[in-house]
Amino acid sequence: MTISIERPTRELTDAEKRFVGWHMLVAIIALLVGSIFGPMQALQYSNVDLYQYLEPVIRSYYQGLTLHGVLNALVWTTFFIVGFTTLTTIKGLARPLSYPKVNWAGFWVMVVGLVTTAVPILLNQATVLYTFYPPLQASWAFYLGLTLVVVGSWVSGVGFFLTYRDWRRENPATRSPFIAFAGVLNMAMWQIATLGVAVEILTMLLPWSLGLIDATDPELARTYFWFTGHPLVYFWLLPAYISWYGMLPKQAGGKLFSDSLARLAFWLFLIVSVPVGFHHQFVDPGVPTAWKWIHATLTYSVFFPSMLTAFTVIASLEYAGRRRGGTGLVGWIRALPWKDPSVAAQLLAGILFLFGGIGGLTNASYNLNLIIHNTAWVPGHFHLTVATAVTLSFMGITYWLVPYITGKQLVSPRLALVQVWTWFVGMVIFSNAMHVLGLLGAPRRTPLGDAPYVPEEWNGHLLRTSIGGTILLVSVLIYGWIMLRTATGPKADPEDVPGIPIAESLRDPQLTPLWLDRFKPWLIAAGVLIVVAYGPQLWDQITGIQLNAPGWTPW
Amino acid sequence: MTAPPANAEPQKESMGIDPYERNWIRFSIVLLVVFLTAVTVAGFAMGFQVPGEEARVDPATITEAGPFANPGVRQIAPGEFEVYVVSRTFNFDPAEIVVPQGATVTIYVTSQDVQHGFKITDTNVNMQVVPGQVSKLTYTFDRVGEFPYICHEYCGIGHAAMFGRVRVVPPSEFEEAGA
Repeated sequence: MTISIERPTRELTDAEKRFVGWHMLVAIIALLVGSIFGPMQALQYSNVDLYQYLEPVIRSYYQGLTLHGVLNALVWTTFFIVGFTTLTTIKGLARPLSYPKVNWAGFWVMVVGLVTTAVPILLNQATVLYTFYPPLQASWAFYLGLTLVVVGSWVSGVGFFLTYRDWRRENPATRSPFIAFAGVLNMAMWQIATLGVAVEILTMLLPWSLGLIDATDPELARTYFWFTGHPLVYFWLLPAYISWYGMLPKQAGGKLFSDSLARLAFWLFLIVSVPVGFHHQFVDPGVPTAWKWIHATLTYSVFFPSMLTAFTVIASLEYAGRRRGGTGLVGWIRALPWKDPSVAAQLLAGILFLFGGIGGLTNASYNLNLIIHNTAWVPGHFHLTVATAVTLSFMGITYWLVPYITGKQLVSPRLALVQVWTWFVGMVIFSNAMHVLGLLGAPRRTPLGDAPYVPEEWNGHLLRTSIGGTILLVSVLIYGWIMLRTATGPKADPEDVPGIPIAESLRDPQLTPLWLDRFKPWLIAAGVLIVVAYGPQLWDQITGIQLNAPGWTPW
Repeated sequence: MTAPPANAEPQKESMGIDPYERNWIRFSIVLLVVFLTAVTVAGFAMGFQVPGEEARVDPATITEAGPFANPGVRQIAPGEFEVYVVSRTFNFDPAEIVVPQGATVTIYVTSQDVQHGFKITDTNVNMQVVPGQVSKLTYTFDRVGEFPYICHEYCGIGHAAMFGRVRVVPPSEFEEAGA
């Protein structure tokens, strides 16, 4: 017996829009600055060295690469995600944050952390790339700053949880609205996942950089890092999924195909995205093959909810396309609103994610990893995932979100379409070249234009990398221009300002089983699985700790 | 997808899975099980294995005592060799490994300073090199030729120049060289 419940709606207040807007401002600036360096790396592959013109401000390819990774993969994503999921949570729950001051405190701690991290990077005192593997030793400020960014996101997360708890008390019988549920879940997963890097920094790297301990155990540090490093990619991806499941169908004129399977997919991400980290360490010494194999198995199981996502999202879009008059096997695809840059961005992001997913499955496939580990294939892969499935989707989201929070109209939707397509084309060229280079044996994170071992057969692919990177530079510059002109333009007639798209479910969400709407059992399952799949090996490495690798700054 | 009549009985809670989606779920599970079986058989029955736990060392003393004090190739049995490689910013010691065609070579690598990588082009040899740990893989070189080994982990400003090469020579040539 279920009760149909009239769902209230509520627009964000000006203060809430400002809160989201501040996150977007930091995120987009980070994306723009960080993305300048990406094409410089791509051009270096063809011996076009633009870095020489940045001296003495930026002193090396690797310093630029550190900025590119930190700003694009960590700052752009984290600030966007906290801002966007705040919006989906309060919009979905139709209630304000319970303690907005907590969320504001989280934001400012993240900003202080960002500045603290940026200073040593810009001073060339933290050219350790965004994985900061010891015994490369950065300035203490770099580690402290990263800690503050993570702690700030935790504080914001607490703000989410308290708000959700209060909503649940007010609405004990109602299924949580999907976009709110998913935003809260993503923050919960993030809190569990970041325990690894928090322990790495607080027990090893920070005291070491301050001179309190002399040396590190680099293999233990890698295990801590990848405890966080893989769920990190789901922390990036799930907000894009929130839009694909819960918003894009509405933008395309359809509905969410299956509320219950959407939730099941998110729960599976919560429980299996953490205990898979050893698949980043398949070729590491110091970790027994048995544990690597167990994590390979679990990585396959975290692929399963992405398969569910592929079906549900495509089915939702097909429903939309047919409602718009599309017919036949593929006619519904043409009938989708491709002229809407926000929709086009997300559809193209989804198409490239199919290839990103296949490549990811390859990476996770235990011994297949021997072919591609640390080759150019890997950045080729994650430029399809985080730099397209996530980033291009986020760009698409900002095409309605920035107008919504600023009360403006999007400047030149046609130019936005050009931006979206250039990103897609540039990334197809760049990423394909990188995948091929990786299969040929080209290492990642390497200025191949200077490398003495590059055979002639790589040259055509190196050139394609540079061409793809240049197209992406054009795309990101257009994006920055559109965002700047939109945010600084005149206020629009309220009727011309887009609202927040929320897709209804085909079936009343009240029919979704209760066990798909309760946090406690899933959080317990996540904890148990982590203890089982990480506990013994982590215990071995911690009790066998040997602090014998002193720090180096060879840059 | 038509709305139920207004006077219909209230529906029960359920997953409400579409038949097509049910088949897709079955297909996904079968696909993943097949893949997992394939890599497991290849890894544990056919010998396409990843590195595992080998040995620990002290990076400060590896050049003074133990096998890494004398890096290089040693023949341990007919057709069987072992190689000890020390990685440091920004070179490998030895920078060249010469073995006869058909040699089965067990490679041990460690680092004297920061993390490095060791990947022999066109082979399945790919190892993360971590100070304090010994990485080990075994590979049989069936083809004559030059196979560069490239550092694939960022290790500092000279990273792009860090490489060495395996030269696989015909057995006759190997004996003439008096190795």
